[in-house]
Amino acid sequence: MPIVLQHSWFMASRWLRALLRQPAWIVVTLVQPVIWLLLFGALFKSIVNLPGFGADNYADFLTPGIVVMTALFSAGWSGMGILQDYERGILDRFLVTPSSRIALLAGPLVQQAIVTIVQSLIIIGLGLAVAGASFPGGVPGALVVIVAAILLGMAIGALSNALALVVRKEETVIATVTSLTLPLSFLSGTFMALNLAPSWIADVAKFNPLQWAVVAGREALTSPDPDWGVVLSRLGLLALLLIACFAVATRAFRAYQRAA
Amino acid sequence: MNAAIEAEGLVKTYPGGVRALDGVGFRVAAGTIFGLLGPNGAGKSTTVKILTTLSRADAGTARVAGLDVGREPVAVRRAIGVVGQKNAVDGEATGRENLLLQGRLYGLRGRALSARVDDLLERFRLADAADRFAKGYSGGMQRRLDVALGLVARPQVLFLDEPTTGLDPEVRVAMWEEISTLAREEGLTILLTTHYLEEADQLASQLAIVDRGRIVAEGSPEQLKAELRGDRITIELDGDGVASVHEALARVGGVREVALDGRLLHARADQGARAVPAVLAALESEGVSVAAVTVARASLDDVYLRHTGRTFESADAGHAAPDGDGAAASAGEAGAAGETTASGSR
Ligand SMILES: Nc1ncnc2c1ncn2[C@@H]1O[C@H](COP(=O)(O)OP(=O)(O)OP(=O)(O)O)[C@@H](O)[C@H]1O
Ligand SMILES: [Mg+2]
Repeated sequence: MPIVLQHSWFMASRWLRALLRQPAWIVVTLVQPVIWLLLFGALFKSIVNLPGFGADNYADFLTPGIVVMTALFSAGWSGMGILQDYERGILDRFLVTPSSRIALLAGPLVQQAIVTIVQSLIIIGLGLAVAGASFPGGVPGALVVIVAAILLGMAIGALSNALALVVRKEETVIATVTSLTLPLSFLSGTFMALNLAPSWIADVAKFNPLQWAVVAGREALTSPDPDWGVVLSRLGLLALLLIACFAVATRAFRAYQRAA
Repeated sequence: MNAAIEAEGLVKTYPGGVRALDGVGFRVAAGTIFGLLGPNGAGKSTTVKILTTLSRADAGTARVAGLDVGREPVAVRRAIGVVGQKNAVDGEATGRENLLLQGRLYGLRGRALSARVDDLLERFRLADAADRFAKGYSGGMQRRLDVALGLVARPQVLFLDEPTTGLDPEVRVAMWEEISTLAREEGLTILLTTHYLEEADQLASQLAIVDRGRIVAEGSPEQLKAELRGDRITIELDGDGVASVHEALARVGGVREVALDGRLLHARADQGARAVPAVLAALESEGVSVAAVTVARASLDDVYLRHTGRTFESADAGHAAPDGDGAAASAGEAGAAGETTASGSR
């Protein structure tokens, strides 16, 4: 196996191990999606009766959106891990070993991907079992939702790492993440059919990566006959986004090393 | 003589205009311990960062284990172990996990890796705590784990940036033992930076004094001390001294460098103890009464004072320690400038 992959895996398993040792944190990350899915979903159940909404069951409509939104939210915090390593001198300790530099950035993203898989499976399961959703897209549809969530999560994770390496202050990372994630969610079709939303929101949503993931996931999971052109084009956009974000993170890392 | 580290004309200016290094150069012979001694902000860590590829010099060259740090950083990283100034232990992992990951990054695997890790845990007295989270370790244990991390891949050259700062005195002495044993048994070359004159004196066979980004003196501790020739005599007068004591002492054979500082009279003599009776007689003839006399062998404090014009304590106190742990070295009557150093009578 190439060194980059080996080292990325070593780093990812270090992060995963730390995560598994904080079971409370895992529960916390699931509280939000459960509230959205079960409480918000129940409260707005009859929204599907609006003429032109285009879905029969709000739980079907909501679940794929909550999956990708959860990936966005938890990926936003990715930079906090790197920041802690920086503050404790662990980052510099790794930098003076022959460790692959790329792996130091990729490790947290691989961890992010694995966390996203677990979270997505739980939310899809809750949607089915508790919220009363049914997914005509079946297993392939669920796979698309998870892939979309992983691509989005890794892209946002890479940006979060870049931000952390540039500002090197927890407060700034926290402020940025909390002030961006919720607006991104409301400027998308996660909760509401966009053809019923003000047209400016629908316009903005076209450029919102969260919306790309929502569209791909919802089409594949809830449509009896998915339009694969729509699905693949959105996944393609997300993949390009991930590449761009990783490039940004790499540049930020180089700048960090140069400033040492 | 084979040089394990060769640095020449290293210059480093940080963004913001701080000139941290202003032409630092030195050589370290393979298999020896070299001490880089200097107060807060002198440029010790910057030097270590450049030699360990973490930072790049604006000018100058450096070779470590025969490799150019600027051109062959990857090869340099394979040849060195680094223990940074800050504790760099991952507290969320156990001591063993910390070591295993570090070893894997150097390409160690399987039985060779686990044997090496067991070895280091044993040698640094961490075997009992190996499977506990490192965040629960004492300061001394964390520091030992740090050193063990630096040694996982059997480096040729080990860098220790202030290995004992912030440790209790007993723990510090134990760490000194570990370091000298290491150097002896593994034939390692060690570059260590320190605030503590005593530490440099104990451990290093060669040392360089860094001050404000320059090397102001270099040699073995003995050579540096010998440069000062003789002992330091400090006389505490009963009242404020008068100028005539200068002349009185100048007439005593073998006494030189007489300086009056309030009630303290400093002088230097080849044989301090022998000179004392004549010194006292000379003072008595001037009608000056004496409260106390001390004779001290030349110490690195004196060397520092002579080369920088400041006492070590005042230099250290003058800089705000950026990470707050440097203050340990300058506790006590820090800030009292002038020739009042009375420690280090070795
Ligand atoms: N990353 C940085 N950016 C800007 N200035 C820096 C940086 N690192 C160090 N400096 C400055 O460079 C000078 C030398 O710092 P350095 O850390 O090398 O000193 P030191 O001898 O290791 O001191 P200490 O004993 O406090 O560790 C100091 O004035 C310091 O404030
Ligand atoms: Mg330092």
